[in-house]
Amino acid sequence: MLWQKDLPAANLVVRGARVLDPVEGIDARLEVRIDGGTIAEVAEKVDANEHRVVEADGLVLAPAFVDPHVHLRTPGRDDEETVASGTAAAAAGGYCAILAMPNTDPVVDSAATLGALVESARRDAAVPTGFLAAITRGQRGEELTEMGELAETGAVAFSDDGVPVASAGLMRRALQYASTTGRPLALHCEEPTLSHGGHVHEGRVAAELGFAGYPSVAESVAVERDLALAGYERGRVHVLHLSAAESVDALRRAREAGVVASGEATPHHLVLTDDAVRSLDPNVKMNPPLRAEQDRLALLEALRDGTIEAVATDHAPHAVHEKEVPFEAAPFGVTGLETAFAALYTHLVKPGLLPLETLLERMSAGPARIFGLDRPRVATGARANLVLLDLGSEWTVGEQPFRSRSRNSWLLGSTVTGAVRMTLAGGVVVHE
Amino acid sequence: MIRLVTDDLRPPGDPPKRHLLSVADLTRDDVERLLGTARTFAGSLERHVKKLPTLKGHLIVNLFYESSTRTSSSFELAAKRLSADTLTVKSTGSSVEKGESLKDTALTLGAYDPDVIVIRHPHIGAPQLVARATDAHVVNAGDGKHQHPTQALLDLYTLREELGRLDGLHVAIVGDVLHSRVARSLLQAFALVGIRATLVGPPALLPRELPAETSTDIEAIRDADVVYVLRMQNERMEAGANFVPSLREYAARWGITPERLQPGQKVMHPGPMNRGVEIDPRVADSPESLITTQVRSGLVVRMAVLYDVLTGGPVGVQALTAAEVA
Repeated sequence: MLWQKDLPAANLVVRGARVLDPVEGIDARLEVRIDGGTIAEVAEKVDANEHRVVEADGLVLAPAFVDPHVHLRTPGRDDEETVASGTAAAAAGGYCAILAMPNTDPVVDSAATLGALVESARRDAAVPTGFLAAITRGQRGEELTEMGELAETGAVAFSDDGVPVASAGLMRRALQYASTTGRPLALHCEEPTLSHGGHVHEGRVAAELGFAGYPSVAESVAVERDLALAGYERGRVHVLHLSAAESVDALRRAREAGVVASGEATPHHLVLTDDAVRSLDPNVKMNPPLRAEQDRLALLEALRDGTIEAVATDHAPHAVHEKEVPFEAAPFGVTGLETAFAALYTHLVKPGLLPLETLLERMSAGPARIFGLDRPRVATGARANLVLLDLGSEWTVGEQPFRSRSRNSWLLGSTVTGAVRMTLAGGVVVHE
Repeated sequence: MIRLVTDDLRPPGDPPKRHLLSVADLTRDDVERLLGTARTFAGSLERHVKKLPTLKGHLIVNLFYESSTRTSSSFELAAKRLSADTLTVKSTGSSVEKGESLKDTALTLGAYDPDVIVIRHPHIGAPQLVARATDAHVVNAGDGKHQHPTQALLDLYTLREELGRLDGLHVAIVGDVLHSRVARSLLQAFALVGIRATLVGPPALLPRELPAETSTDIEAIRDADVVYVLRMQNERMEAGANFVPSLREYAARWGITPERLQPGQKVMHPGPMNRGVEIDPRVADSPESLITTQVRSGLVVRMAVLYDVLTGGPVGVQALTAAEVA
């Protein structure tokens, strides 16, 4: 289900690092030898076997990250991102696998379009890349896509991300039919008649600045609806980019009631609140919008307790000229692949709000589990999907050029802690 | 929580410019200085020759992306009374109609080295973008539903001239607060000078979480010294929006009629009025109406704003009478 271009498999030894794999229960100073892209030995002392030796004193070696929510803008907007540039950004961010959303131009709603993307990933993807296909044709919310053929062609899951499936009846049919493919539905939950025209969370900031409000309830009623349908149809659903406390609460209740549902949160919703919108900077405009502090705290609590199993960047590149406009005229979305770990390490782990082990799990094993991907792990016999992290390194976002073709980062110009020194993805050194 | 630094359009090393973008940027001292300057200019306008040489040789660009009568005419006249050169660019008939971006229009006009760009735009934050893209002093003449700072200042000026004070006044703001940049600027201005505000209107037109007392009952205007009537923005009341069932019902329940006013209550309106909707014509034309006073205040307050952003200080009455009056 994931595709990567042909690259020489790694033969190397990492020496001196603190090896940290919370799922495997490893947290020790160990050496790791990789033969032909596969982890051959994890021990206190390993033979170098004439491999290249990476001296990693003071660094952390962990399972590399999995991003279940990326916009590669291909086909249609190659000026904003391509498979090559987006996967280079992923490699620089420590990712060993990414999943791309189907809201491209044309929409990924046919085996032909999906097949062409798979070919381009085989040719250009630096890190293993998978694709979601649309739930409805053209994401118009009217007719189901041919999910059977799309699944056979490689669709990891189905999503109309960017546009909600407005009709409850159609959502029910999607749940029924998707169950025959074994693939989950990844849901953009938004009640369009409530979010209508809104740019900013409906709260004090929107009221004071005069922005049309996009209330929390616009998300939570859709989350409640879709979880109720998933429960009724025994479907598998994943709620994309959760933003509101009420939605988190709905997900927690549904999971306790036995609904097969998962959720993700983005770094920007975990770090920022709608207060950031006072800057009027179009790089803090996204859908769903940044919400209130109580929402941010609810997301953080759910990330800690596992109600939210995955961190997803919702990496959404936009051309510079499209964001150099007044806030209301700017498109929704921010980039995130190259900054996700540093953002969350700086703003959640360093201040003691989230254990490093939890962050590593939610950025790697969590999303892999939701989408049925191999879990990146530090274990003999596993493919080398590893990231080498420097937790002491400070850097300024945007000082070095981005690998992404776009630079609409909400962190532009700010200093963060935590750098990716090396990424191994699919047994290949893709970044160092 | 995070300081967002994206001001990369701005050339490095420039000293900060004086702009008037939002009432939120002003202090009480700024307001007092501006109102004092406006009063000085009001005195000068009573002279036979009304033109002052104060801003001779300065270029003031009026960039209007929305229709306007009061604001655009008073900015233009204010600049002319101060002997500045003026250039008015409207979105209709300009390259804006060909799809030119605000940034490019700003860069184009900026190439003429204007001293001040006065901008009205339908989008929140457009003046901030022009301030980043050019070297001009920028004055916000209304940006979307966000701010209209010169309106708030001219309203303070009007209140002080007519009621003799600001501190301790009670003003009821009635109507479509949701879509009103005037209301947002007024609330901040009132907080600066100690005026109590009450917002009154139908629930869907009163945004939650604004820092003011609110009521959906028109009776709440009873104790106010001044009733400030907002325009019902017909263009936003499209069928199906259902902010109110109809303008007729709005007028019946929230329209300001002589019967709803207490003796001595003054009435203000930022214009343009919908007579018979938010305001009864008998009220608009009554002696209690300060509406034409507001327009007159607009001229001197905008003279004061242009003068202030360019010189950065209070205008000395002495200096004006001795040296500057032609």
